[in-house]
Amino acid sequence: MTTSIPVTPAPRKRFRPRFSLVLGSGVVGFWLVVAVLGPMVAPHSPGQVVDLDVFSPMSSAFPLGSDYLGRDVLSRMLVAARYTVFIALIATLIAAACGIFCGLVAASGGWPDAVFSKMFDTVNAIPSLMFGLVVIASLGASTTVLIGTLALVFTPGAFRTARALALNVTALDFVTVARARGERLPYIVVREILPNVLGPLAADFGLRFVFVTLLLSGLSFLGLGVQPPNADLGALVRENIAGLGFGSSAVLVPAFAIASLTIGMNLLIDAISARRAGGGR
Amino acid sequence: MSAPLVRLAGLEITATLPDGTDRAIVRDIDLAVQPGEVLALIGESGSGKTTIALSLLGHARRGCRISGGEIEVAGHRLDGMTEQQLRAVRGRVVAYVAQSAAAAFNPMLPIMRQVIEPALVHGLMSRETAEDKARALFRALALPNPDTVGDRYPHQVSGGQLQRLMAAMALITDPALVIFDEPTTALDVTTQIEVLKAFKGVVADLGTTAVYVSHDLAVVAQIADRICVLRDGTVQEEGAIDAILFAPQQTYTKALVTAAAPRAPAVPAECPPRSPGEPPLLELRNLVAGYGGQDASGNPRVRILDDINIRIERGKVLGVIGESGSGKSTLARVVAGLHAPSSGYVSLDGLPLEGDIRHRSRAELRRVQLVFQNADTALNPAMTVGDAIGRPLSFFHRLGGREKRAEVLRLFDLVQLPASLASRRPGELSGGQKQRVNLARALAARPDLLLCDEVTSALDPVVAEAVLDLLVELRRELNLSYMFITHDIGIVRSIADQVMVLYAGAPVELATRDALSNGAHHPYADLLMSSVPELRPGWLEGADSAFVLTQGREASVNGGCRFYSRCAVARPGLCDTASPPSRHADDRTITCHHDLDDLASGLIHAA
Repeated sequence: MTTSIPVTPAPRKRFRPRFSLVLGSGVVGFWLVVAVLGPMVAPHSPGQVVDLDVFSPMSSAFPLGSDYLGRDVLSRMLVAARYTVFIALIATLIAAACGIFCGLVAASGGWPDAVFSKMFDTVNAIPSLMFGLVVIASLGASTTVLIGTLALVFTPGAFRTARALALNVTALDFVTVARARGERLPYIVVREILPNVLGPLAADFGLRFVFVTLLLSGLSFLGLGVQPPNADLGALVRENIAGLGFGSSAVLVPAFAIASLTIGMNLLIDAISARRAGGGR
Repeated sequence: MSAPLVRLAGLEITATLPDGTDRAIVRDIDLAVQPGEVLALIGESGSGKTTIALSLLGHARRGCRISGGEIEVAGHRLDGMTEQQLRAVRGRVVAYVAQSAAAAFNPMLPIMRQVIEPALVHGLMSRETAEDKARALFRALALPNPDTVGDRYPHQVSGGQLQRLMAAMALITDPALVIFDEPTTALDVTTQIEVLKAFKGVVADLGTTAVYVSHDLAVVAQIADRICVLRDGTVQEEGAIDAILFAPQQTYTKALVTAAAPRAPAVPAECPPRSPGEPPLLELRNLVAGYGGQDASGNPRVRILDDINIRIERGKVLGVIGESGSGKSTLARVVAGLHAPSSGYVSLDGLPLEGDIRHRSRAELRRVQLVFQNADTALNPAMTVGDAIGRPLSFFHRLGGREKRAEVLRLFDLVQLPASLASRRPGELSGGQKQRVNLARALAARPDLLLCDEVTSALDPVVAEAVLDLLVELRRELNLSYMFITHDIGIVRSIADQVMVLYAGAPVELATRDALSNGAHHPYADLLMSSVPELRPGWLEGADSAFVLTQGREASVNGGCRFYSRCAVARPGLCDTASPPSRHADDRTITCHHDLDDLASGLIHAA
């Protein structure tokens, strides 16, 4: 049969716009653009008091109202979005890179597995918010410390996921073939294992970004995040919490921003994993 | 002729592809089965045989639907029935025996509860009546301890017994039709023969009408009255069993019959005679391997291989046969360096070979290549097949650029694949093509010895035949040696120069092919050889099976012959206490308490 069956080309997928894909990528894309361009188009300096009134509602002068000191919420939002998105993105990238590297090495067994697994289990055993509090309280709240802490907190998760995925692939015969050929570990990891786990790892990356964003916002809400006069989204919620009673946009808009960023990311991940599963063999 | 019990008219089943388009995977099926008749559906994977069998339950697998035609079983029109109505039919009018009994039984419940469940669900009889009936069926199916086997749990009985228990489950409601879906495919040949005999007996006794799905023509020849040959979802040919076996009309049926017939022995490669001092290509001496740490005497706790002694000369083929769990694959892994032996000696061309792959040189690694059974998992789905074949070239021979591309194309040519496939990924290739790529990758290293681990058992017969032809040809062209591991005696008979029969990790018989074709001498090897179904109806009745004799015998305790519990000619008092000695003749070595001449003359078999 080998020669008589024509090999059908891989079924080409018709483009079917999925609601969650469009919405998710739209929302995430929007926040990325805001993070990059935001501060350049901000009408005011984020720290400048421009309104005599506090918690003033939306108006043509202040499209998102003013905050508890009479600063322009729109300008502060544009700066805060940049901090939140970039800190979360960089921290997630570091966590994913470290976690995936160690996970793939550990999946090959031997002493690296024992060392990495025990090490990351130890980190995992410490409650993440508590860990963040202690580190930042002792080292001071700078952007670098924030990124480092968040990356450290989320590396064990990435490690576990990468290791579990890689273990499944390691058990397959083609990895045994490569080992029997005498291939060294780097080749096996990079060429044989990694391409087969990239899809789930990408989904995991998105999910981890969401967790980082939420923890960052939580830390900022407690006053340990980005320090004044700058702010991230969590800090904006905290400093304007008094406005909640008036339904002030100064607290509702950043809260909504955090929600939309994380939900948008989730929608995007779901859509991508669904496409992969649907297009699978 | 009376009205048929089963009638399929213009059956069409449609699958929905991932991109939303529909494709008919089975079409224009017209079939009729008379009461008391056994119809076999035969074809390769993807021919629609299981899909058609499932449609007789009114069932279509996920993503498929019955899109046209009529399905009538015992007066019930199954097409157009609601799930509710179908539930009254399934297990009552039509029963199903699946391929893997181990997966079909619930491991948490005793067997009896599961066997009588169909009868209770359909409210046919009381629990006591059902249990009595089940015990009668166990007896009819020749199960050991029919009165108590129902109290056991599925993991406490063997695979062959479980398969028969599932048949009892199907038969408990006296269904009008039983569907057997490859019920013996996953079994060893020695077990298969027992199960086939039990099925055939019970089908004849009860006058059951059955549809038997299989890819194995020789098995079907034993049990069916008529055969329907399927290919690509359509009927190729249908007829009485003798007509199909001895006078096939269609080209495809002819190919199928040819593939199932015993292969002509391959002409041995002409290799220059070995000079007196030249060592064999591969030699294993007193090899012991296993798992689970070492005991006080330095042996592994779980011994998988015990005292293996073999030599493979350059250009020769050693066939290794044995049932699942006999240690065949571990042997290949030990030679490849993937599993370090706990004691013993492996040498390549007279030079000792380290047990662990990390201590072997690249040249040593190059000379021994492993080819796996399942090309689906042996090829990296993320790598194009051209890259997969190219990697050994750059790894072992430092080829690159144009040289490498030219060599890849040459290898494609060698395994008879079109070069245009080089940029494809394995997912876009057929099973046979993947296995050729798998082979080409091993050949790229320019090895001296290929370890072939069940390389054809995952392939359809016609495809497997072509791959075997290729292997024979390659051996001649490249003067390769093979260690050919398989459970298929037919293949070993045709391709190997020498055959080793493994039982529970120990070699029981090592013989040249010609010696073996005159009959195996060791009782186990003999049982194994005579258990392979032959392509003629009536073979099953003639085949004697040893298992009745040995039922209920305890396994030998420490030191005895491993085969004692299943041996038809064992001598209690000797075979179960003392380790059998090796007995040598010119062309064979066996490990048995019986004398070679006695075994050869058949004296012992008569006893």
